[in-house]
Amino acid sequence: MNFAAQFLERARVMTHDLRHRKIIHTALSNYEIQRDKRTAAFQDWQGARQQAAEIKWEAVNHLGQYLEEFVSKLEARGTQVHWASTAAQAQEIILTIVREKNARSVIKSKSMTSEEIHLNDALERAGLDVVESDLGEFIVQLRHETPYHIVFPSMHLTRGEISELFQRELGTQPVTDPEELTMIARHVLRKKYITADIGITGANFAIAETGMISITENEGNARLTSALPKTMISLLGIEKVLPRLEDLALFLPMLASMGAGQQLTAYNTIYGGPRQPGESDGPEEWHVVLLDNHRTELLADPEQRDALHCIRCGACLNVCPIFRNVGGHTYGTTYSGPIGSVITPHLRGLQDWKHLSSASSLCGACTETCPVKIDLHHHLLQNRRNAAQQRPLFKEQIGFKAFVQLANHPKLWTLATKIAHHIQPLQKLVKGTRLDPGYHWTQTRDLPDVVPETFKDWWSKRK
Amino acid sequence: MTVTLFIPCFVDTLYPSAGISMVEILERLGHNVNVPEKIVCCGQPPFNAGYWDESRRVATKVLEQLKSAEVIVIGSGSCGAILKVFYPKLFENTPQLELAQQISSRTWEFSEFLVKKLGITDLGAKFPHKVTFHDGCHGLRELGVKQSPRELLGKVSGLELVEMSEAETCCGFGGTFSVKFPMISTAMGEVKCASAVETGAEYIVSNDSSCMMQIQGLLSRQGSTLKTIHLAEVLNYFSPS
Repeated sequence: MNFAAQFLERARVMTHDLRHRKIIHTALSNYEIQRDKRTAAFQDWQGARQQAAEIKWEAVNHLGQYLEEFVSKLEARGTQVHWASTAAQAQEIILTIVREKNARSVIKSKSMTSEEIHLNDALERAGLDVVESDLGEFIVQLRHETPYHIVFPSMHLTRGEISELFQRELGTQPVTDPEELTMIARHVLRKKYITADIGITGANFAIAETGMISITENEGNARLTSALPKTMISLLGIEKVLPRLEDLALFLPMLASMGAGQQLTAYNTIYGGPRQPGESDGPEEWHVVLLDNHRTELLADPEQRDALHCIRCGACLNVCPIFRNVGGHTYGTTYSGPIGSVITPHLRGLQDWKHLSSASSLCGACTETCPVKIDLHHHLLQNRRNAAQQRPLFKEQIGFKAFVQLANHPKLWTLATKIAHHIQPLQKLVKGTRLDPGYHWTQTRDLPDVVPETFKDWWSKRK
Repeated sequence: MTVTLFIPCFVDTLYPSAGISMVEILERLGHNVNVPEKIVCCGQPPFNAGYWDESRRVATKVLEQLKSAEVIVIGSGSCGAILKVFYPKLFENTPQLELAQQISSRTWEFSEFLVKKLGITDLGAKFPHKVTFHDGCHGLRELGVKQSPRELLGKVSGLELVEMSEAETCCGFGGTFSVKFPMISTAMGEVKCASAVETGAEYIVSNDSSCMMQIQGLLSRQGSTLKTIHLAEVLNYFSPS
């Protein structure tokens, strides 16, 4: 089955799962209330969005310059920087470090970029014990699933389901209190932090001015991941760069507000280098892996370059009526929702992933909410145009050519409407069945009647 | 003034009463209404599907027909957005760009035309019913139409407007999306309908007939008594006193 057929099949199953739809709808409605409280606390939220978009525009349009600055500052404090053009190269760089250290176990904090390059699979294939330390990621890892959502990896699960999972996989007692569930994970994870040879993190922002990365989290797990093992590896996409340290004053509260409806995320840490002479803690070695993986192709597209503004807050997923009804796993991509539908065709091939750009009513709720003002729903339209230009579908092209004839010949159109009016009673005999040419509509919805007297009939009579 | 009324294809063949109401309202306000009969469609279906060459062939005819129009009024946020927002993109780098831009600047969504161009909110209509308003996405987010329809409804005698919690949520129509991804489109429509039913309203009013086709299609199938009605029909309604 190709990716489009898989998407259709999963969407069919998920839209009929009313329980799932209710869980997501309730969770995201609560999110919206919190998010609105937080954005209202900004002096001028729309102004903040504009400023954030301009800062990201500046960073993305001078990406080479800011990356060089970022890297030279990092290297000055002894950090080893690696450049990876592809996912395979990034995997290989990380595996080489792991092998050099004779590492057996790895602890990870949350990183969507590591999901993008399928890092856990690669590490496990190399015989390593890999543990996710973010609670949500820990849960989906136990389920052998990918994260459901960029920010909330296990939002599709109830407390009861998580408790059952823990009983099954960890042999714990049945508990459903969130704090007790967290304590179970904590108990397992604390041991892993101490025994891990390597800690792998992502990054939320890379600061060019000072050569630092900023990590945002709620559980303190990223701090432990980076502080306890002797070797730290941070994997980040090249688009994460911000020009100045002071830019965080805007981006940290913005990410917290849009990501989870928080004023500020519980832990915001800025990392500047490995343990320096005279310092008593921190990793002995720090490797930063900068990933391209087709981002420069997006950079070369002036129409959609702003998709590199994305700070992975997940706000567009949360308001998307498609995401809310089909859920995160239906997309079959690392990045789901509107941003995923926009960038996946660039990252993984337009023809294979164009269906995601069609699977949208173009309602624009994503664009309206995006804190860095990515023109998301118009990019979906551009992806559709690019896909059709590159490889038009025979059936669609014939259909639209016929449509042009109808639309440009009013007499033909009138004739068609009269025919439609007269054959509609016949269509009603097979309404909603496979014999109905309008099956895809009439299976769930009634069709309005084609009127005997159209507006134009009325108008010409009246004249 | 002479108002050129753009009648979308589905208003012509499925919902003519919305178009008739607009003609009657504009004439009652003393305007001369003109309907270019040679226009069938704005070209949105191929545009949204990515077939821009085909869309341009339809839109080129529309531009010719509207060349000399003083103001163009459309009773659909969706087709309105095509003329106002997307024609200038569709005709980028073509000789027709200037004309497309001119036509864009002369195009008005119906409720915006009444409230913002003419400065009229009270049309003397009487519609003694509880209603809720559905914001069509193109009207809301491409054209920024939000307050005008509500101001107009606020002046209708006997009308009670109750906002639904999902007023700004997409109904799930989305043109060919509704038949390419019928299950997603239907699920979205169900969320919309449930929210409208929750208000206890008798009518869902909208300024977009295409959304009404989706919402009414689901409500009828569900056997609901809740009905959709175009804003122009409400504003042209005078129940016997």
